[in-house]
Amino acid sequence: MAEIVSLTINGRPVRVPSGTVVAAALALAGESRFRRSVAGHPRGPLCGMGVCFECSVTIDGRPHCRSCQTLCAEGMEVRTDE
Amino acid sequence: MYGCDVAVVGAGIVGAACASECARAGLSVIVFDRGPVGGGTTAAAMGHVVVMDDSEAQFALTSYSRRLWRDLAAELPAEVHYEACGTLWVAADEEEMAEARRKEEFCRVRGLRAEILDEAALREAEPNLRPGLRGGLLIPDDAVLYPPSAAMFFLGRAPQNKIEFRAGSEVRALNPDGGVILGDGTRISAGLTVNAAGCGSPDLTAGLPVKKRKGHLVVTHRYPGHIRHQIVELGYLKSAHSVSSDSVAFNVQPRANGQMLIGSSRQYGAEHPGVEFGILRRMLERAAMYLPDLGRLVAIRSWAGFRPATPDKLPFIGPSAGNQKIWLATGHEGLGITSSLATGRLLADMVLNRPSEIPVAPYSPARSLLEGKAHG
Ligand SMILES: Cc1cc2nc3c(=O)[nH]c(=O)nc-3n(C[C@H](O)[C@H](O)[C@H](O)COP(=O)(O)OP(=O)(O)OC[C@H]3O[C@@H](n4cnc5c(N)ncnc54)[C@H](O)[C@@H]3O)c2cc1C
Ligand code: FES
Repeated sequence: MAEIVSLTINGRPVRVPSGTVVAAALALAGESRFRRSVAGHPRGPLCGMGVCFECSVTIDGRPHCRSCQTLCAEGMEVRTDE
Repeated sequence: MYGCDVAVVGAGIVGAACASECARAGLSVIVFDRGPVGGGTTAAAMGHVVVMDDSEAQFALTSYSRRLWRDLAAELPAEVHYEACGTLWVAADEEEMAEARRKEEFCRVRGLRAEILDEAALREAEPNLRPGLRGGLLIPDDAVLYPPSAAMFFLGRAPQNKIEFRAGSEVRALNPDGGVILGDGTRISAGLTVNAAGCGSPDLTAGLPVKKRKGHLVVTHRYPGHIRHQIVELGYLKSAHSVSSDSVAFNVQPRANGQMLIGSSRQYGAEHPGVEFGILRRMLERAAMYLPDLGRLVAIRSWAGFRPATPDKLPFIGPSAGNQKIWLATGHEGLGITSSLATGRLLADMVLNRPSEIPVAPYSPARSLLEGKAHG
């Protein structure tokens, strides 16, 4: 069995198996809007491989992180209010 | 079959401006491009509308064109993202500060606004620049815009019954009697042809001394307010002048949506169109010397493009030396976005025998044949 990692998504505690990328954790937590476009439209992962930047979120206070390229870590704080 | 009065090869910002000015003067125009509007060098550019003063002729063309942009500003649609954010030339040391003062005086005596900033004023203008810079020069009337949309706007601005755009039309050769021969062999006749094919122009006009000068750019995610002006180092003048070796310079631009474009690099002899990480790294390290927080920001894309460069840093505008039916509007190197409007206007003035607002002789294609072409 994989180890469990605890993080928060918009302040809500979430537990996922270690090795989970943040985008997957967000999907598991039921988040469909990861960020907003310039025009205010909801955006979420498109390519899943680090190219499109549609999946950007704020991780530990750092904006514009690609959630599909970042592994969940213990105590991580993720926000989807960009 | 008689196709049109003017056939323009190339729907980059220069070809689009020439086509637009001719069509607005009542001539019928067909524009050919192997790709879409503004998909060549125009799509790779930064879109800084900047007055430059390497030579009087360069100053005349860029300042005239900037004035035309300013006159047009109110008519530009939102997607052109035109913003008169000004240029901030940054001086790192006393030598560069002397250059800032020289430029300030140069502008002032010619009636353009320019303002010297001391160290404190520079920090106030751009708080994210590193401390310890000597000062700067603010040119408030320079601007930034999104070039492909500007090219689109030029074509759309002409009366629709006067202008036709043929996308996906490769031009194989220019017909010496006017007109073009397309890739599939179709001949379309025209009163005259304008070769505005940018880096492709020497393929259509043999012997034209236009060479590719490669440049890289990086665009960041959105950081509204991180910078407020187009910021350029005055060391740029030293590095951009070297025509032999590869060079990088600090040159950043704020976009209306909060993104930043980071440049710039210049390479001769580089033929591969892809991004080269060695020069990209040098360029970003240079930028981080001025904006220390840059390393903490997220870049989302990088790309490279080719500037169409001439030996004397001035474009070719006018009838070609060998054939009065084949005209040139090419060789704008790193200033084609800035000088597109003036190029279109001057070309149309010459075609229609109208008086022009600035002398056209310095840009005459015939100069490349003259002995001792000692411009600079
Ligand atoms: C990295 C970079 C940054 C720059 N930044 C700035 C800036 O901030 N400010 C500024 O003023 N300038 C800038 N420039 C310079 C500017 O981009 C160019 O001077 C300008 O785009 C040239 O426009 P053009 O219309 O001549 O060429 P292009 O945009 O290349 O247009 C030529 C067109 O001709 C077409 N074509 C060529 N051959 C054929 C053929 N045989 N048949 C059919 N079609 C053909 C091509 O498809 C192309 O669309 C920059 C350039 C680069 C590379
Ligand atoms: S989904 Fe495309 S970069 Fe993450």
